[in-house]
Amino acid sequence: MFIITCPNCGERDLSEFSYGGEAHISRPKWRDGMSDAEWAEFVFMRSNPKGVFAERWNHAAGCRRWFNMLRNTATDDILAVYKIGEEPPQVSANLPATPSGEAAIGSGNDEAKVINSADGGDGA
Amino acid sequence: MSGESARQTNRRATGGLIDRSRTVRFTFDGKAYTGHPGDTLASALLANGQHMVARSFKYHRPRGILAAGAEDPAALVQIGDDPARSDPNTRVSEQEIYDGLVARPQNCWPSLASDIGIVVDAFSRFLPAGFYNKTFMGSDRLRWPNWMAFEPAIRAMVGIGRAPKEPDPDRYESVNRHCDVLVVGAGPAGLMAALGAGRSGARVILAEETAALGGTVLARDPEILTIAGQAPADWVAEIRAELETMAEVTVLTRTTAFGYYSHNFVGLWQRIGDHLADDKRSSYLPRQRVWRVRARQVVLATGAIERPLVFHLNDRPGIMLAGAVQTYMHRYGVLPGRLVAIAANNDSGWHAALDMARSGAEIAAIVDIRRDVPAELLTAAAHLGIAIHCGSTITGTEGRARIKAIIVSPIGEDGSAGSTPTRIHCDLLAMAGGWAPNIALFSQSRGKLRYDETIAAFRPGQSWQNERSAGAANGSFALGDCLAEGARAGVEAAAAAGFSGRKPRTPKIEGSEAGQGDIMVIPELPSGRPAHKVRAWLDLQDDVTTKDLRLAVQEGYSSVEHAKRYTTVGMGTDQGKVANLNAFAFLAAERGQTIPQIGSTTFRQPYKPVTFGALAGQHVGGYFMPRRTTPMHAWHRDHEAIFEPVGDWLRARAYPKTGESFENAVQREAKAARRAIGVLDASTLGKIDVRGPNAREFLGRVYTNSWMKLAPGKCRYGLMLGEDGMVMDDGVTACLADDHFHMTTTTGGAARVLATLEDYLQTEWPDLKVFLTTTTEQWAVAAICGPQSPKLLGDLLDDFDPDPEKFEFMSWRDASLSGVPVRVFRISFTGEISYEINIAATYGRWMWDEIMARGTRYGVTPYGTEAMHLLRAEKGFVIVGQETDGTVTPHDLRMDWIVKKSGDFIGKRSLSRSDTARQGRKQLVGLLTEDPSTVLMEGAHVIATQTEAAPPVPMLGHVTSSYFSPNLRRSIALAMVTDGGKRIGETLWISRKDGGPIPVRVTETDFLALRDKGEIGEISAKGAASDD
Repeated sequence: MFIITCPNCGERDLSEFSYGGEAHISRPKWRDGMSDAEWAEFVFMRSNPKGVFAERWNHAAGCRRWFNMLRNTATDDILAVYKIGEEPPQVSANLPATPSGEAAIGSGNDEAKVINSADGGDGA
Repeated sequence: MSGESARQTNRRATGGLIDRSRTVRFTFDGKAYTGHPGDTLASALLANGQHMVARSFKYHRPRGILAAGAEDPAALVQIGDDPARSDPNTRVSEQEIYDGLVARPQNCWPSLASDIGIVVDAFSRFLPAGFYNKTFMGSDRLRWPNWMAFEPAIRAMVGIGRAPKEPDPDRYESVNRHCDVLVVGAGPAGLMAALGAGRSGARVILAEETAALGGTVLARDPEILTIAGQAPADWVAEIRAELETMAEVTVLTRTTAFGYYSHNFVGLWQRIGDHLADDKRSSYLPRQRVWRVRARQVVLATGAIERPLVFHLNDRPGIMLAGAVQTYMHRYGVLPGRLVAIAANNDSGWHAALDMARSGAEIAAIVDIRRDVPAELLTAAAHLGIAIHCGSTITGTEGRARIKAIIVSPIGEDGSAGSTPTRIHCDLLAMAGGWAPNIALFSQSRGKLRYDETIAAFRPGQSWQNERSAGAANGSFALGDCLAEGARAGVEAAAAAGFSGRKPRTPKIEGSEAGQGDIMVIPELPSGRPAHKVRAWLDLQDDVTTKDLRLAVQEGYSSVEHAKRYTTVGMGTDQGKVANLNAFAFLAAERGQTIPQIGSTTFRQPYKPVTFGALAGQHVGGYFMPRRTTPMHAWHRDHEAIFEPVGDWLRARAYPKTGESFENAVQREAKAARRAIGVLDASTLGKIDVRGPNAREFLGRVYTNSWMKLAPGKCRYGLMLGEDGMVMDDGVTACLADDHFHMTTTTGGAARVLATLEDYLQTEWPDLKVFLTTTTEQWAVAAICGPQSPKLLGDLLDDFDPDPEKFEFMSWRDASLSGVPVRVFRISFTGEISYEINIAATYGRWMWDEIMARGTRYGVTPYGTEAMHLLRAEKGFVIVGQETDGTVTPHDLRMDWIVKKSGDFIGKRSLSRSDTARQGRKQLVGLLTEDPSTVLMEGAHVIATQTEAAPPVPMLGHVTSSYFSPNLRRSIALAMVTDGGKRIGETLWISRKDGGPIPVRVTETDFLALRDKGEIGEISAKGAASDD
């Protein structure tokens, strides 16, 4: 259940969108002598990478506009949203840090283990 | 129910969050009991001295209450006798009691106490790990054990509760909420987190699984522990009172966070009515509610779960977790045992023992597997005269329905059990196996776990989402740490969500216990018995013992994920909350590895079973999915039409008269449409307004035929393909003006077609100036068909000449019906003279009434979709989705005429691919049975020979449509047959389930044309079917 930022409408729930598969696959212009293999590349062949993937989404229950999105398929991080016809923006190919950053407390931070109960809050 | 009520002999004189001024009466296993408001079924049964509440899943061994919350594995009962409302597999440790509650034990017969299924236990060696898997293997029926032979008996003997037999009469709902900070768990850490976040002004949801806030502080002796100078319950009440003054804070009790999904989407399951008697449940509130929460930040304060110890015969009723005993004592005012033995591997067992001693229990012994125990604990225990067995193991237990004694032996230097056993009487054994952070939600959130040697358990390692763990859930077990961590987590989560606030002061605490100290884990305590004679349970619900896991490793299932599935350890409805870590530790020891090396199984949603009712929410019955109905729907309903769903639409399938069968109604309707007038509600056809200077060019690219010369006022049929060349949709498009077209699609395909066309316009051909607008619901459409239809059209429309010679087929005109503008299309899906009148939707019902009123004199007959299907089959027209299945090209339909030779269109290149252009593809043909009264079964296989070859039988194709035609007075069928076009005139055979193949003649598809040519008359003449 992602939240997707539609370039026209803003943040919306995944349930408003429909998926359109890999982006930046243009329909070849008709020409005689186009080989079966070349055509099949367009019709059938799609990449399925683990990592950054450019894909198409349609805000079906909103503005009904198609747009492109860069998503890290390993993490479901949405790295960029951009319009049809635009080039994919450069994003870091590294696995991103945890979205919350390293919490100053909790979540496995060893510092959190040594809190002294006498060390109260800063007063209210 | 019978007998007098059992007395609450184990109820303490004072204490607990129960209302002693009121008595609640309930029954369990047919016996009457009493308890007090605030009791769970578990605390009330324990107050009455009842430990054994269930029989185990596989061996039917007595099962008691182990824990005091959601982690209890096996104390499951069936609630209620109502066949619609009965709830199986309800944890007694969670079910609150109410007057009239009926609880029954599961998986036992004739009763809990004398269950004949216990005989299984004696044969347990025949039910080893992977028993099911082994019996599945091989097809040799003589093989033993043979699953097929034993399944019925095994199915009857194993299992847990019974599903209700009738539809659920209760109401459920789901709601959506956004919040800044979601705090899961209202123990000390969660309360401080909610307080800190709430004071910052953030929108906070605090979800607590049980009925009361407070968590573990409610399980401490209020005579000893004070928080901010108050008794724990008073401190909790003060915080709750402050939270309730905050407008943006929602406090939910009886609410479980059951699933942590991506982007901080968390599902909460709230039980609203389950703790109330039926007559006390609100008539306006749902029984349960699912909150679909999207939180900016989440604080997980889910606490910790205590581990059992693993020793020989550790499954008896009366063996409980030490922390649970403390919860029952202080939260519920119950002393579960009077003579308590303690088994410990860390300090918390000693604290619990001292607590129990203070609370009135006699401590029979403290057995600690460690040799080194802090001196102050030894002193305190000795001071109370408690027998102390350090460096000792439990080698066995006694007692059937309740533990009676434990056998204790010292552990030798080599780790084995010594030979000087001591038998210690007790009526309760409290196990303190160490606390493990409850990391289920953290793990679901994709956070990385880290194994912490100091607590011998997994802790949250690295967060993945906007989440932080605090308190015991984070491995910080001391109360002071929980409060401090919670306070910080709350304000920091709020800050991360954009709200600044000061951290609440951590309250001063007095009388708090120290932590659990050093923990020593022995995955299976030594018993002095050979391994195959040890029955030490890891999973009390699924009856998985160390022996099973040992066998799994021996047989090669040594990865944790494999061993889990092979033995089913942790796969019960409790998801192994108390079992998993012990299983990992045992598996690691068996393999000579460490727990971090073997890893953990995956924590999956839901955290605990959620009712289907709650998940379905409001979306049941008529609200399961939206149903679209036409403007004429009420007329169809009033005339008792039989409806069928088509896409989202509900369409009239036929209109049987009183006493008329569905089949006869279809025959009558189809006949009327060819002999007089039939009228069909065609409003559901998809309609798309295509407009713009490039509209004509656009149509030429999306349909297979050319649209350049279609003049205004004319219509044309089109086939739409996918880029793979396969037929996707079809329909008639009318030219309204040079730059304006009215496209129709199939009923079910409308949304998909619009989406596809938008896709091409937006992404492939943004240069085309075309707008698409869906107009399906703007128009109501009546298709009027039959030889009398021109007369009716003349009567209906103002100054209109319907003469089919002048108003040509495949054209359209503007007209008016009593002054209301309409569009009339001379198009036909039946082959009959036909007009489709389109009127503004709001006039649809009125138009239909007008047609019916004025058509009576011509014998107008409404017909439904089934007659429509029959009529078009007589004409040989295809239905996309019936003749086609996504693998059919226009050539396969033998509709080459509709594919233009020059110019591109969607899917064109695919039509010359080697596979689509090859010979030997299936093609659409007609089939006529030799016996005209035989109607083929749709989907039946077409074969070449009179006798079926040996399997696999070579198939030529299959029947796609089959009807008895009242107009041709014989059966007709359409089929997709290999090289069908070349087989016209051939005889082929149709395979049947019974009676052997029957012969059919392959024909063209237009049966009306065949009749006119006299090509089916000969057969028809001797037909058995009678006319009228």
